[in-house]
Amino acid sequence: MSILVIAEHSNSTLRPSTLNAISAAGKLGIDISVLVAGHGVSAVADALAKCAGVTKVIVADSGKLEHHLPENTADFIASFAKTFTHIVAPATAFGKNLLPRLAALLDTQMISDVIDIISADTFKRPVYAGNAIATVQSSDAIKLLTVRTTAFDAVATSGGSASLENMDTSSVTVPANTKFVGAELTQSARPELTAAKIVISGGRGLGSKENFAIVEKLADKLGAAVGASRAAVDSGYAPNDYQVGQTGKIVAPSLYVAVGISGAIQHLAGMKDSKIIVAINKDPDAPIFQVADYGLVADLFEALPQLTEKL
Amino acid sequence: MKILVPIKRVVDYNVKIRIKPDQSGVELTNVKMSMNPFDEIAVEEAVKLKEKGLASEIVVVTIGAAIAQDVLRTAMAIGADRGILVTTPLATDLGGLEPLAVAKLLQKLVEKEQPNVVIMGKQSIDDDSNQTGQMLAALMGWPQATFASKVEKVGDTLHVTREVDGGLETVEVGLPAIVTTDLRLNTPRYASLPNIMKAKQKPLETIDSATLGVDTAPRLKMIGLTDPPKRSGGIKVASVDELIAKLKNEAKVI
Ligand SMILES: Cc1cc2nc3c(=O)[nH]c(=O)nc-3n(C[C@H](O)[C@H](O)[C@H](O)COP(=O)(O)OP(=O)(O)OC[C@H]3O[C@@H](n4cnc5c(N)ncnc54)[C@H](O)[C@@H]3O)c2cc1C
Ligand SMILES: Nc1ncnc2c1ncn2[C@@H]1O[C@H](COP(=O)(O)O)[C@@H](O)[C@H]1O
Repeated sequence: MSILVIAEHSNSTLRPSTLNAISAAGKLGIDISVLVAGHGVSAVADALAKCAGVTKVIVADSGKLEHHLPENTADFIASFAKTFTHIVAPATAFGKNLLPRLAALLDTQMISDVIDIISADTFKRPVYAGNAIATVQSSDAIKLLTVRTTAFDAVATSGGSASLENMDTSSVTVPANTKFVGAELTQSARPELTAAKIVISGGRGLGSKENFAIVEKLADKLGAAVGASRAAVDSGYAPNDYQVGQTGKIVAPSLYVAVGISGAIQHLAGMKDSKIIVAINKDPDAPIFQVADYGLVADLFEALPQLTEKL
Repeated sequence: MKILVPIKRVVDYNVKIRIKPDQSGVELTNVKMSMNPFDEIAVEEAVKLKEKGLASEIVVVTIGAAIAQDVLRTAMAIGADRGILVTTPLATDLGGLEPLAVAKLLQKLVEKEQPNVVIMGKQSIDDDSNQTGQMLAALMGWPQATFASKVEKVGDTLHVTREVDGGLETVEVGLPAIVTTDLRLNTPRYASLPNIMKAKQKPLETIDSATLGVDTAPRLKMIGLTDPPKRSGGIKVASVDELIAKLKNEAKVI
């Protein structure tokens, strides 16, 4: 078993999702290489070398890889991928963009969103918005997986002593037809949604962007991350990267508080593995109460400020 | 600009699915089927581009059983010009036709139809793969602009705003290119009755997938399909005070 994990990072910092991907790789074997492809990534490479379980950090540092464009990154990885038995990336926007492209170049049917590793070729993954779990066995020579970060505990960021190897990046191409134009990233001092211990999410029940601030207030009181339903994002109450669900982010905090969210299956798909779920909704029949450990039937505009004040 | 839109027929998003007793798949008999919601968004975007005078022709393609032609008719009622049904005996949700095989079949159609843009869904809501667009882009060697929430034609390129984990990102892709849709790209319209009638007259071609020279044999073996672990419902609390007490003393999460 020889496993390659593709690190997700911002060039200057490692994303926590990588730690979950390394942990998943650890279920496959002990020979784990981590690829850091980007520009000016030495701090990320050093951080990875200290992570538990990493054997080798492969560094591909080039201006041509700065924006993590899948077009040239996938071509580059494909050029040396065949030396590995498994390639693992986190099932995040980054991993979902890159890995299928790489898989097609390698003529491999990759497996998305793995939640359990049964053996070197057999994996579990949710389908139909998490309403069924499929166990699949791969017959491909190389197995490519994206792994659900909430299903694998992060490895420790200390204790490791991996070797560093610098790759020759002269063969990396400049993508002929794709150009990175810019990014508008949500600025927030709150913990990252997918890694937070507490998540407070608001739905359409909040009624407006201004009202949504009461969700953020409670979150700040608890040091929590803020999430949202699709309806809240579509209505402009919250930015797109707050969406929790089948087609948004998957979270599994110790405490998830759903405020003014009805509990559609597409929303449940993103949060039903949380340890404790609290629902605040004025409709006693809202489906969210079927998964909530503690349900409070109340008008959120009364209950939420009270809760924030009393905590 | 000619646009190709691959669309998939899936179990309607409102249906509560049932797993077959032999764990081989999901019960599809007498279940409401619809166009994959992300593909509706793709069709709507193509129609918008055509209405702005930026697209000349919209071709919709589906790969599936003969009955999948109903989603082609729906797409043509929304505004697509013609449809191609690629028939396959394989299941298209699970344990049959996989994203790589779909991408290879679509590659054959793209080579034949020579569109300037392929707009497709980011994800099928049955297999939840989120792979086919990226795979097709790789097979064609084309740029990919995935998870699009805004598409603008700028000269000979598209400026695509993408929904990423930290917020939004914009890429410029030269044509031909693949775009995959996210939820915020647009709100699909409903087809009007006259347009549904008109769609019945639009050309629909059928191709047997076996004639396209693609190996569609599954690479993954379905070992079983099971229910997810059930969450047992909890209790209702009567007040904010009781909620706080439970969270502190019982659940010990705050
Ligand atoms: C392809 C597809 C993908 C999707 N992906 C996702 C996804 O990833 N994530 C997601 O969340 N959704 C997703 N959805 C949408 C999903 O089906 C629901 O439409 C959405 O989750 C509903 O959001 P909501 O609960 O905020 O709104 P609603 O269903 O409108 O619920 C609002 C709730 O607020 C309550 N309420 C209103 N006022 C108050 C008040 N004053 N006090 C207390 N309670 C109040 C109401 O009782 C109601 O239960 C997807 C849908 C499709 C078709
Ligand atoms: N059988 C199919 N026929 C036509 N298009 C498909 C088919 N399967 C997948 N697609 C397209 O690929 C997108 C992504 O699907 P997936 O990779 O399965 O999540 C869908 O939104 C469709 O646009």
